[in-house]
Amino acid sequence: MTLSTGFIVKQPGMLSLVQDAGRFGYFNIGLTNGGPIDLAAFQWANRLCANEFNATAIEISIGGLALIAQLDSTIAVTGANMSLTINSHKKELWRSHPIKAGDIVALGFASQGVRSYLAVAGGFTIQESFGSTATVCREGIGGLAGEKLKAGDILPCASQTRKTNLILSESLRPKYRNEIVLHTVPSYQQKHFPPYQQRLFFSSEYTVGKSFDRMGYRLSGQKISCDIEGVLSEGICHGAVQIPADGQPIVLMNDRQTIGGYPKIGAVSSVDTAKLGQLKQGDKVRFEPISMEQAHNYFHLNLSDFTRKKLNVCE
Amino acid sequence: MLKGEPFYKPTIEIAGENALIIYFAEQASSETSVKVQQAAQLIRQAMKDDLAVDIIDLIPSYASMLVMFNILTTDYHQVRNNLRLLLHSLDDNFQRLNDSQLDDHSQKHEQVDKSLVVELPVYYAAESGPDLVVIAKRNKLTVEQVIDIHQSKVYRVYAIGFAPGFAYLGEVDERIAAPRLSTPRMKVPKGAVAIADKQTAVYPNTSPGGWNIIGLCPVDMFDATTTPIMPVNVGDKVKFKAIDKHEFLALGGELPDEFGKSV
Repeated sequence: MTLSTGFIVKQPGMLSLVQDAGRFGYFNIGLTNGGPIDLAAFQWANRLCANEFNATAIEISIGGLALIAQLDSTIAVTGANMSLTINSHKKELWRSHPIKAGDIVALGFASQGVRSYLAVAGGFTIQESFGSTATVCREGIGGLAGEKLKAGDILPCASQTRKTNLILSESLRPKYRNEIVLHTVPSYQQKHFPPYQQRLFFSSEYTVGKSFDRMGYRLSGQKISCDIEGVLSEGICHGAVQIPADGQPIVLMNDRQTIGGYPKIGAVSSVDTAKLGQLKQGDKVRFEPISMEQAHNYFHLNLSDFTRKKLNVCE
Repeated sequence: MLKGEPFYKPTIEIAGENALIIYFAEQASSETSVKVQQAAQLIRQAMKDDLAVDIIDLIPSYASMLVMFNILTTDYHQVRNNLRLLLHSLDDNFQRLNDSQLDDHSQKHEQVDKSLVVELPVYYAAESGPDLVVIAKRNKLTVEQVIDIHQSKVYRVYAIGFAPGFAYLGEVDERIAAPRLSTPRMKVPKGAVAIADKQTAVYPNTSPGGWNIIGLCPVDMFDATTTPIMPVNVGDKVKFKAIDKHEFLALGGELPDEFGKSV
């Protein structure tokens, strides 16, 4: 093996993971999707580095990551509001920055939102496992040996520098809030939830509990009940809202198990799971029912909004 | 309900923004599982040509199949129509199969269903299976009887999921069926052979889990560096064979220091 160069992990932070857009096509051996929880912020980081949208980047949860550059490069950080410094000089998020070999790139802790994305020009060059570099720690697959980043790890990349630096103007950046609406398509065992219970579910406010991770977001609030205890184990899609016996919803995210037997009342749009992934304990959500057609529309309008927004050249 | 429900029409329902779920029956049965398998094969074939861009992945399970589609290239109306057409051709084939010989106990069934029988060695003992005695007591059997009953049956792989390489096998004889632990163990060792209700499985890796552990299997159920990655696929048959401690260790088995306490 040749010694690779790129960025050395000085401090790994709380939970920093190598991610590309996710792992697809391996449900048959039980592998879940992984990939960035906030796909929009991940894609913005890559766009700011003039990369392919699915280039490998780092997802930083909560914060605390510090890297030492071994080569000249260009980076961009998007997502949760974490302070970014290069050699202790404060730098702006949502824009690309030139990096010289020896520079120290450091992130503070999120003041708003939970996850940020650090992309590098050309993407990190990580060996794919099962067609993707996405790290799923629970499976021990992807990234660097299937694990979260630790001090001393090397994140290899090519030395690519961009001639111009790009910025997403402030008015166009996503706003991370503490209260959001989760647009949800009623599905799966929805019929097993009596109409009154469905109305309760779609009209109550839920609070993000202490267990919110890449597998799922546990919510607490109005208890919801249905007329079955469980179902024959079946495939679980991204965003599925599981209601276990305690009646407290769990929204299943990127690292969810692929099969399970709890009743599900619906599934949250991916536009909104990305927003949910920026919430932390104590933040509030509401579920709003939408049809499959509306969900399709919502997804595509959101995508065209992303495509339409233009980056500016900055100095 | 009719056994195997040969006349149950699959229904296609919404799962999420980019996923539909096909329900083949309300109950699990080997006939339904064969049907799910046939449908999966048919759709995978279509994914190689016509539906290559539109369908991303499938999760076949006991009596259902989740179909994840590409929201950038298609919508659920189109996917549902395509699935209906495919299932229609499957129904015709399945009906013929059913008329001729589908019977759970017939030898013909085994022939029609050309799946492999994979033999997995198990070290059944108190030190490898902490719940063996519990199951024996609950069902008024001896430990030896529990072991005999578990290894006397050929199981079918109904689904793979939960974790990489976790194969749901069924169905366990009612005499040794056991409900999940009321509080799951924080740490079930790799290779643990376990029972939950009428299902049995081998834990491919150390993980939390609530199934009743009756032994340890030294065979890797998931190894990303080997081909095939898993010794079984959905639809295959599995038989367990008791081995002693020496054989278990010789096959590379390792006894865990302790079984994670339930919490």
